[in-house]
Amino acid sequence: MSETLWDQLIYIVILLLKIVAVVVPLILTVAYYTYMERKVIGYMQLRRGPNRIGPAGLFQPFADVLKLLLKEIVLPANANKFLFVLAPVLSLAPAFAAWVVIPFNDWMVIADIDAGLLYLLAMSSIGVYGLIIAGWASNSKYAFLGSIRSCAQMVSYEIAMGFALVGVLILSGSLNLTEIVLAQQGGLLDWFWLPLLPLFVVYIISGLAETNRAPFDVAEGESEIVAGFHVEYAGAAFAVFFLAEYANMILISALTAILFAGGWLSPFEGLWLVGDTFLGQGSIFWFLLKTVFFMYLFLWWRATYPRYRYDQIMRLGWKVFVPITMGWVLVAAVFSVFGLVVRGS
Amino acid sequence: MPITEIVFYVFSLVMVSAGVAVITVRNPVYSALFLVLAFFSSAAIWLLLEAEFLAIVLILVYVGAVMVLFLFVVMMLDINLTPLKEGFIRYLPVGIVVAVLMAAELLLVIWSKGSFDQGAFPIPPPNPVGFSNTKALGELLFTNYLLAFEAAGVILLVAIIAAIALTLRKRVGEKRQNPAMQVRVQRDERVRLVKMDPEPRQGN
Repeated sequence: MSETLWDQLIYIVILLLKIVAVVVPLILTVAYYTYMERKVIGYMQLRRGPNRIGPAGLFQPFADVLKLLLKEIVLPANANKFLFVLAPVLSLAPAFAAWVVIPFNDWMVIADIDAGLLYLLAMSSIGVYGLIIAGWASNSKYAFLGSIRSCAQMVSYEIAMGFALVGVLILSGSLNLTEIVLAQQGGLLDWFWLPLLPLFVVYIISGLAETNRAPFDVAEGESEIVAGFHVEYAGAAFAVFFLAEYANMILISALTAILFAGGWLSPFEGLWLVGDTFLGQGSIFWFLLKTVFFMYLFLWWRATYPRYRYDQIMRLGWKVFVPITMGWVLVAAVFSVFGLVVRGS
Repeated sequence: MPITEIVFYVFSLVMVSAGVAVITVRNPVYSALFLVLAFFSSAAIWLLLEAEFLAIVLILVYVGAVMVLFLFVVMMLDINLTPLKEGFIRYLPVGIVVAVLMAAELLLVIWSKGSFDQGAFPIPPPNPVGFSNTKALGELLFTNYLLAFEAAGVILLVAIIAAIALTLRKRVGEKRQNPAMQVRVQRDERVRLVKMDPEPRQGN
């Protein structure tokens, strides 16, 4: 009995270490993602971005975090205290919990579960609770409007996103993320972005809408409702919302890399000359590179497009994306049945 | 006591208390949130049964979509609690009938097995390694139960169309935009450049 208890304890400790090994780099990435965002958008607008703290402003994220943590958390007078404090936690927890099924390479994954993709969908759909509760508990009209907007938007775009994933499921024949990546073996042209191009585009745009990022950031539209659902939050509570938003963006980028861009696989697989070198091998290096590329796209779009009007967001989600994805799911089924796209070739 | 049993009792306790809280709590928003908690706990219990597909779909559909819309409506409505309380006595007989019926149905199942020991309801054997719940469910749905599955789909479709048809009404004086026209608009239709000579200087 003591033997098994000891084994269980060791198992739990190893599991916790694995979680720490994912979460700590994730938080650091969030910190430097905010730096990257300000630098990238800065240079796109012919400015330098943060450049005062540390060489080239490299310590700016730490200064920001410190400032946020030292600020007072203000509880609005008529707010629902318990839910007001609970809301940021509810938005952060699913954003982190989703990372357990992400495969960084063929063995680096915390939980290699069979229904991984469904789990991810479930986690991303839970994320909306933090926003709704924050808006309601703040007892503020602006916050409530923001939360209603984001809630309707996320529920709508989840449908298009789910259908885009159905296409991936049909071609890969599995809900397990590791197997989905392995089904894309064979180099750049064998990844799912090519046979599922419309779904790929819909997925990444829905991802933007799902994370409430520009040009779909009406949830916090500064020009109309000040800052939306987190208008009443200050200090560390606001920092937690911020952390959740950026963790979600990184998650969507990582997912796009896994589902449509071959995960850890190398684009040069099987080519002569480079196919046998390090560049031709699949490794975590490729996965991170692809993720950072999609993260960069988020920033690029923010700097490029003006904010959508709310009715147009809804129209795009329901009347454009849902029909496109439904149609292309049929096309993907035809690909699969007639063997036009072969798994893992 | 093996760890699975402890987990089962913890989640059952949370689920039952959350279920009681749903109907006793005064604030309807809290009620909805307790229902979410109940769904979560039952999903966890399903996971213990190795029914991971059902567990995740419960969270995905009920927690992620249905309850969000519920919460949405409950938050928007400014519900006055006093008339709700007055209805309690009025609806009590109906409530008792429903409760008795449900209890009777549960008892009937137990009675058909003879007793409530573990012998009558044995623990299902653990699934073999590599068994995919999702695949097994899909194969059953699309072979043995295809007709029922398709019928359910058609009924849902009819429900969607009916809901839209019932709520769709023509309103007078509403303004509509045609996004295709808005996208196709050319500069010349909106902007007119006027050539103007400078005005002569006024005054002094």
